[in-house]
Amino acid sequence: MIATYAPLFMLLFFAAFLASVFYVAATFLGGQKKPNPGKQAPFECGSESSGGRHLKLSVKFYLTAILFVVFDIEAVFVYPWAIHFRALGWLGLAEMLGFLAVLVVALVYVWRKGALEWET
Amino acid sequence: MTATLLLATIVKILIMVMFVLNLAAILTWADRRQSSMIQDRVGPNRAVIKIFGKELRLAGLLHPLADGLKFFTKEDFMPPNADRLLFTLAPIMAMGMVFTLVATIPFGDTICLHQFRLFPDFWHVHTGPHGELLDGVERWGTCAADSRNGYAPLELVVAPLGVGILYVFAMSGQGIIGAAIAGWSSDNKFSLMGALRAASQMVSYEVTLGMSLVGAMMIYGTVRLDDMVRWQQEHAWGIFVQPLAFFLFFAAAVAENKRIPFDLPEAESELVSGYFTEYAGMKFGMFYFAEYAEVVTGSMLLVTIFLGGWALPFFHRDGLLVQFGDTTLLRVAIPHVFVTLLGVLAFFGKVIVVCWIQVFVRWSLPRFRYDQLMKLGWRLLLPASLANILVTGVVWLAVDKAGSAASDGLRIAADVTQAVVAMAMTYLIGRGVVGMFGTVTHERNIIGTSAGIAARRGGTKTEPMQA
Repeated sequence: MIATYAPLFMLLFFAAFLASVFYVAATFLGGQKKPNPGKQAPFECGSESSGGRHLKLSVKFYLTAILFVVFDIEAVFVYPWAIHFRALGWLGLAEMLGFLAVLVVALVYVWRKGALEWET
Repeated sequence: MTATLLLATIVKILIMVMFVLNLAAILTWADRRQSSMIQDRVGPNRAVIKIFGKELRLAGLLHPLADGLKFFTKEDFMPPNADRLLFTLAPIMAMGMVFTLVATIPFGDTICLHQFRLFPDFWHVHTGPHGELLDGVERWGTCAADSRNGYAPLELVVAPLGVGILYVFAMSGQGIIGAAIAGWSSDNKFSLMGALRAASQMVSYEVTLGMSLVGAMMIYGTVRLDDMVRWQQEHAWGIFVQPLAFFLFFAAAVAENKRIPFDLPEAESELVSGYFTEYAGMKFGMFYFAEYAEVVTGSMLLVTIFLGGWALPFFHRDGLLVQFGDTTLLRVAIPHVFVTLLGVLAFFGKVIVVCWIQVFVRWSLPRFRYDQLMKLGWRLLLPASLANILVTGVVWLAVDKAGSAASDGLRIAADVTQAVVAMAMTYLIGRGVVGMFGTVTHERNIIGTSAGIAARRGGTKTEPMQA
């Protein structure tokens, strides 16, 4: 148990340490700060910014996020079956195909409803 | 946890992290050089060291060094309205996440070592009547921890977790957070749009990434990456048993790395530089670097699951054994430790080749439109990966139930694929060696209309290129 997880946490710690070293070095070694109004403004291809991050977003992004949750959770259900697939045989395959059929019906529904259209 | 184990762990972590770090740095150079070759122009040639009046360019290899120095000495900039905590956290998350990915990726076969001997007897090979090693090293599988011969296994993977690939999925999911909070915190519309595109694209392709591997898991029967490699060593490489999944996974992995043709989140012509527009100096460098490190870790995963990991065709734990079905053509006993070291070299070599293919892809393809990107992910790759599960299941079960004739045929087919791989690798290595020492010729293939008109008017000026 310890032999399995201790190296993992050592790696996690080392990764965080390495990234922090880069960040801290960038902060201390970086050149002199010379702020001016032009530099402080958000850079939006040189056109005048109408202020910060406040903008209305397309609802498509939220839809994509929800679809991701649905389909990724399905994937989690499929993994244990995939490991034991040979032992479960034809019956197991038929059951999984039933499960995937529900998934495909959901995908077709989403498709027909136009949630996957980005042209509009 | 003993001191030996601790030392071994530190060495393994350093090997993996240093490989990712250095290959990522070299890839920034390879990317530029490859692009200049593909676009028929002078590549990286500005970084020069003058020693005794002699100019050293080293084919542009000094550019990554110059980049690093420049990144560190640039002004450290933070937008006045930025969310200070998230703005700080984003590059650390983006970069730290990549290195945690390598934890469960095996870079070599398990080494069986004498527990209490400082200099084990590597050179001497004891073979039995069937050509197997008599030192407790089995041809398949690994040595047990409490082996009667006093061998201790040294697994060449940082953390031998039972969840294997699931850990990699969990960690690669964290990359989305880094991109999303970078874009949100920098108080810039373009950054926010880039972050949204990044998050949306990465979650879309993560579904395909997960689903395409189900077929591979069904065949290998495990989620442990080292067991997957052992299966491939024993039978055939994953690319032969799951060809469709290989391409799906490759496409999804490139999309996850946000590289051309999927680099919509940082599309220069639309969004300046996407979610890291407002970052300067090394903080920008960390995102830049994380992208290349992701290419390396993605290649590692691809190599492990589909290209045989550390496995070399016909090399087993106890030596070289060329076998087709039950016919043995050649058998050479090689000490187990040397085979393992050869495997480690093979793994890193394969990773470098796959990285190079990704660089090649990057400079060969144009960028998608965003709607095309989403269409490809949800309407083509996802249904294809679901179909792959269905076809794999039916075919595999049919073969399983068909009896010994089918399985014997499959065994010979598997050995043939190994032979194909062996020949392809020999050819590529030979070709590489010849190319290394051969003379460089500059060919000009005219494809476009304007180039054709220019050629008819007397051609464009061609001069030998520097660097």
